[in-house]
Amino acid sequence: MSDVIIAISLLWGFIFIYAVMATMDFGAGFWSMVYINKEKTNATNIANRYLSPTWEVTNVFIVAIVVAVISFFPGATFTLGTVLLLPGSVILLLLAVRSGFLVFSHIAEEYRKPLTYISGITGFLIPGLLIIILPVTHGNFIEVRDGVEQLLVGELLTSFHAWTFFGFAVSSTLFLSSLLLADFSNHADEQEAYHIYRRDALILGPITLTMALLVMVTMRYEAVWLYEGMMEHLPFLLASAGAFFLAGFFLLMPTGQGKRGWPRLAVIVIVLQYLLASYAYGRAHLPYLIYPSITIEDGFTNPEAFRALFITYIVGFAILFPGFIYFWRLFMKDKRYAKQQKSNYDKK
Amino acid sequence: MDHLEIARSMFGTTMAFHIIFATLGVGIPLMVLFAELLYQKTNDRDYAVMANRWTKGFAVLLGVAIPSGTIAGVQLSLLWPGFMEVIGEVMALPFQIEIYAFFVEALFMSIYVYAADRISPWMRIVSLTLVALGAVASAILITNVHAFEGTPAGFRFENGEIVDVDPWAAFFNPGFFTTAGHVVVSAYMTGGFVIASIAAFKMIKDREKGRVFRFHKKALMLGLAVGGIFSLLTAFNGHQSAQLLHEYQPEKLAAAEGLFETQDYAPLAIGGFTDRETEEVKWAIEIPWALSFLADDRFDTVVRGLNDFPEEWWPPLYVHTLFNAMVGIGTLLILLSITGFFWNRFLKKKRFPKPMMWAFVASGPLSVLAIEFGWIFACTGRQPWVIYRMMKTEDAVTGASQLGTLFVLFTLVYFVLGAAVVLVLRYYFRKHPVHEAIDIKE
Ligand code: HDD
Ligand code: HEM
Ligand code: HEM
Repeated sequence: MSDVIIAISLLWGFIFIYAVMATMDFGAGFWSMVYINKEKTNATNIANRYLSPTWEVTNVFIVAIVVAVISFFPGATFTLGTVLLLPGSVILLLLAVRSGFLVFSHIAEEYRKPLTYISGITGFLIPGLLIIILPVTHGNFIEVRDGVEQLLVGELLTSFHAWTFFGFAVSSTLFLSSLLLADFSNHADEQEAYHIYRRDALILGPITLTMALLVMVTMRYEAVWLYEGMMEHLPFLLASAGAFFLAGFFLLMPTGQGKRGWPRLAVIVIVLQYLLASYAYGRAHLPYLIYPSITIEDGFTNPEAFRALFITYIVGFAILFPGFIYFWRLFMKDKRYAKQQKSNYDKK
Repeated sequence: MDHLEIARSMFGTTMAFHIIFATLGVGIPLMVLFAELLYQKTNDRDYAVMANRWTKGFAVLLGVAIPSGTIAGVQLSLLWPGFMEVIGEVMALPFQIEIYAFFVEALFMSIYVYAADRISPWMRIVSLTLVALGAVASAILITNVHAFEGTPAGFRFENGEIVDVDPWAAFFNPGFFTTAGHVVVSAYMTGGFVIASIAAFKMIKDREKGRVFRFHKKALMLGLAVGGIFSLLTAFNGHQSAQLLHEYQPEKLAAAEGLFETQDYAPLAIGGFTDRETEEVKWAIEIPWALSFLADDRFDTVVRGLNDFPEEWWPPLYVHTLFNAMVGIGTLLILLSITGFFWNRFLKKKRFPKPMMWAFVASGPLSVLAIEFGWIFACTGRQPWVIYRMMKTEDAVTGASQLGTLFVLFTLVYFVLGAAVVLVLRYYFRKHPVHEAIDIKE
């Protein structure tokens, strides 16, 4: 593998991990808002128990992505920085409000409801805006004026393609997070919460699939080069759709004692589904970072810098890995945590 | 304001906001760690209560530190794409390593807060140490980018192209250790004094002077000790920072001191305002020979004045005031903590006099102000360069044009978050007063 392929694969990997973690994170915030008034079911508590320890870790990934882009592809920084100024700033503003009020809502008990509403709603918009960056890289919305690239905001806002991406991100967020929370509540033996989240996942799954199809349809008109690239990887797309139906099967399957569904398997298969689909998308997008002006080769950093970076990646993740495992064991596997009635903040 | 000025003001505002939370994010974990260690050593439960309460406060502050830092990081690429192109190619290592520091901090912070009751005390201390290390490492690494802007190394420009890149030479640029050291010790100092401020304030308000009063007294003494020690280190290290300027950015030092003529036996001007017309610092107290000594430990050192440099390279002259304010606060706080200790240890007085108590209350806000002054001095004093003598700020700025509205929106969000943080902290600590925490523990 050439250096530049390693670099773009690492970047792709970060984006994929962030996409999954962030949809769960923002989705959990949304569900904790939706079920805040259903005090008996514990659905809100389950969402909060997932969210409280993880959001900081998730947030680091967004920084990691930005750093990976500028450090591997400094040649793309100027264009990306300039055209993303507006959407990027809007995302940052929402993110600031969301994170701040999320923390505040755990501390100021009496004002929990309004604070949760603010963080829930802002958080739910963020994935939709983040994903808008993808159609921007498809090339139709950038124009060179006075020697400077400018984003055509009006065109972007009236593009079907962009809006289907937005819709896809929002429905994916709700779908993935309800599925994960279904698994998390099942793990915690919270049957009522499990039923609620399983039901939500079953409703949102088909909606998400429809949105994904709409993305493909609009792509065919607005980004033909990408559509054709994706069609060359049709087997991946078909396998991805297959994984989706398999997940549906795992959720519906009776497992005895009046229980239904095998959420852990469904989660794994769905992550696999997203992996296959994003692989096809990523491959089709190559070699362009931004179509048609910047390819990965033009933007790539110098070999010395790449080597130094690559070493720090290996050393860094080798050191961090045990930390991640420990974290996982304390919060995702330990039933004592999942079952706690209230978070620590409330107790003390 | 023109395009460049808006971009500068916007980035400066973001940084001025982030730095408050970032500094406390470095300083407070150290205080929590000291409290935990003192608890293990003395078995005095008050220290456990302190650790617990400070962690709560810290968790709230992190809720703003993290998003504002994320804004800072992304805005750096959005507003200064020309600069980040160079950074991406030459100076990516600190950013990259910083990510690991963030991960360490975020992982172990969650563990310390949400799993405290399921892990051993030993593991709690390890987690806390890692949180403190992660925070200080992120400060050191990001400061390195700032150091690189002042003392660039590890690359050259040839016909506008970046050549001869040596990422490690860039990483260990000449300003790195001194600058990072100054930022770290000043953040620890601020952490100490902010705790001392709060404790002193509570002691003044407490009428009964009983159990709760003694609790706050312990916090005050701990805060003063940490603040005092680190303010001394800050001053020593600040002296080195000034020498660094003398060697690498002489026009910045000249502007900081309002020195126009190059001279040996140069005097140090304290206070006053630099006057462009008369080329002197008006209403200043002059200490003969002191600037030469400051610059290179000898009275006959030749210090270069502004007139040696073309005027378009001059930093704005008001940096003199910012520099003086920072040094003034540093000196004042050293004196304050020495007096406090003298009073407590040698005169063996149980109570501090009222004016001294109010001076303690002021110490935290003053340190934060010194941080702000120091940074604005360091960043504005570098103008017109974004990378000293390599790249002008105007060549780094974004070409996108909607900055004005965004500036207003960001400022608004900082106000909202800033106000909310104060309200939430007040709310929480009102709801959970110290006496309850002490009673539960006993
Ligand atoms: C509590 C805060 C605080 C205090 C009391 C001091 N400083 Fe400071 N100073 C900072 C906080 C700070 C800072 C905010 O952390 C800066 C901004 C950029 C940097 O590297 O550190 C800084 C920068 C800074 C610089 C500029 C470095 C550059 O531009 O690269 C110099 C020359 C000094 N300091 C010198 C001093 C001296 C001689 C002090 C005497 C007591 C002093 N500082 C006290
Ligand atoms: C280590 C962290 C920092 C880095 C890497 C950094 C970098 C920069 C950069 C790239 C610019 C824009 C270009 C320029 O004007 O030179 C800038 C400007 C500025 N920064 Fe910093 N900065 C840092 C910390 C801070 C902090 C903490 C403050 C807080 C008060 C601050 C205040 C400013 C101001 C006021 C400007 C505008 C300068 C002017 O136009 O006069 N900076 N900084
Ligand atoms: C241009 C300058 C700066 C940038 C780009 C920047 C970037 C960031 C980012 C991205 C975060 C969020 C990390 C997360 O997601 O967890 C953050 C948080 C933080 N920053 Fe800054 N920062 C800057 C200046 C500073 C300075 C000067 C200091 C210290 C003196 C500092 C210390 C911290 C600390 C302690 C945190 C706390 C949160 C954490 O580590 O997770 N930062 N900063």
